[in-house]
Amino acid sequence: MKGSIALHWRRIPERYRLEGTHCETCDSYYFPARRICRKCRRKGRIVPYKFSGKGRIYSLTEIHSAPEGLEDQIPYVLAVVELEEGARCTAQIVDVRKKDIKIGDGVEMVFRVVQREDPEGLISYGFKFRKLH
Amino acid sequence: MAGIIGYGAYVPKYRIKTEEIAEVWGEDAERIKSGLGINEKSVPAIDEDSATMAVVAAKIALKRAEIDPKKIGALYVGSESHPYAVKPTATIVAEAIDAVPDLTAADLEFACKAGTAGIQICMGLVGSSMVEYGMAIGSDTAQGRPADALEYSAAAGAGAYLIGKDEESLAIIEDTCSFTTDTPDFWRRPKADFPSHGGRFTGEPAYFRHVRSAADALLKKLNRTIEDYDYFVFHQPNAKFPKTLAKRMGIPQEKITDGLVVPYIGNAYSAAVPLGLANVLDKAKEGERIFISSFGSGAGSDAFSLKVTENIRKRENAENLSYFIDNKEYVSYAVYAKYRRKLKGL
Repeated sequence: MKGSIALHWRRIPERYRLEGTHCETCDSYYFPARRICRKCRRKGRIVPYKFSGKGRIYSLTEIHSAPEGLEDQIPYVLAVVELEEGARCTAQIVDVRKKDIKIGDGVEMVFRVVQREDPEGLISYGFKFRKLH
Repeated sequence: MAGIIGYGAYVPKYRIKTEEIAEVWGEDAERIKSGLGINEKSVPAIDEDSATMAVVAAKIALKRAEIDPKKIGALYVGSESHPYAVKPTATIVAEAIDAVPDLTAADLEFACKAGTAGIQICMGLVGSSMVEYGMAIGSDTAQGRPADALEYSAAAGAGAYLIGKDEESLAIIEDTCSFTTDTPDFWRRPKADFPSHGGRFTGEPAYFRHVRSAADALLKKLNRTIEDYDYFVFHQPNAKFPKTLAKRMGIPQEKITDGLVVPYIGNAYSAAVPLGLANVLDKAKEGERIFISSFGSGAGSDAFSLKVTENIRKRENAENLSYFIDNKEYVSYAVYAKYRRKLKGL
C-alpha cells in the first residue's frame, strides 16, 4: 500500500458509500464532502449526506495508458458522473468499453476493487459505476 | 425459529464457454459438456472479488427486506477465496452496506458450504433473540488450476440471506441439520494458488455420502418424504452429481431443475447453493416447500427445510438472479486469464 493507512481509512465512508455533504441553506450537494458551503459560506448549514448512487454520464474517455497500479485494468472507461442530486465525481465505468456507452446514459454506483497491486499491501476498494439497462 | 426475510444473488457479467477452455488444452468439448453438464461458467471482472460480489448480493437482500442495515446484528461471509488471508471480508461488506458499527462479524471457510453454515449461525442468533437480524453470505471467485478438470467449473458469484423472525419471513426455515466428517476430498494449503482434489474420491465418500446423509437425517427428523417438497436444491459442483443424487433418492428431475444453475454459471462454490436457492425463491409460490442440502469438501453438508410465505411478494423489490444470468458477455481464454490474474508480468 502506497500512501497513508490513516488516509485510506478516513475516506472509507466516501469511497464505500458515497458519503458527501449537503447544505441545508441553499440545497447544494457536495461530493467529495465540503465542510463549508462555497455559496453560503458562513451562513451555510452543512450536514452529512449519503448519495443515492444514481447518476448520468457527463463526459467520458477510455484509458489505454494507465497510471501506476492500474495497468492490469486497461482498457477502462473513465467518466465524469453527474449524480442525481447534482454533484459530479470522476470514476470508472465497469463492464463496458467506450463504444457501449455515451454521454447522458444512466449509471448506478457499484463497489469494486480500485487497486491491489502490492501483494503485501492493503486492497483499496471504492465506488465505480455501471451502466443501467 | 427463524426465516429468510430477504435474499440477493449476483453473478458477474463475463462468461467463458466450455469449448473455449477445451480448445486451449486439446480436449473434446462435447465430452466434457455431457460429462459435467456445464456449458459455460461465470468469470469475475478484474476488479471484482469475493468482497465486492458479496456487497452486491447483500444490497439486493436489503432492498427486498426493506430494513435499515443498522439493524443487522451479525454478518458472516463464507468463502474459500477471501481477498485477505488475515483481515475479514465481513468488515468490508458491513462497512459498504452501512451496517457498522453495532454488529458482530466474522469470515467463515468450509469449502463450498461456508454460506449455509452462516445461515445456521444466524438462525441460532435470531432464534435466541441475541440479534434482530443476521446476514449470511456465500461468495467466491473459485480457483481452478489451468488444464485441471476444475477449470471447466470453478466460477464466481455471491448469494446473501437476511435472517429474521418467522413472522417477517418470505420463507420460514422449518428446521436444519448437518452431517460432518473428516474426509479429505479437496483442499488448498496456505500460499498455494490452486486447490488439490481427490478426483473420483470427491464423489461417493465425499459428495454423495454427506449430502445424502444430511438430507435423509432431516427428512427423518421432520417425518417427511420427497412428496412433501416442491423443490430440491443440492450443491452443484457439476450438473451430474445433483442429478444422480436426485435419481437415487427418487426425486423427480423437474423438482431439481429450478435450483440447478450450474449449467449456465458453473460452480460458484460457497455461493452455489445460495444461488440455486435464490433461483427457486424467484419462482416459488406461497405455501410451497423447498428442501436444500449443501456440501463443503473436507467434508460436511447442511440440510434445510423451508416453507414459502405470503411475504414472497417482496422479491419484486429487487433484481432476480436471471437478470444477472442473462446479462452476459463472452470472453476468450486470453481475456479470462487476464481477469483471473493468471498472467504474470503485469
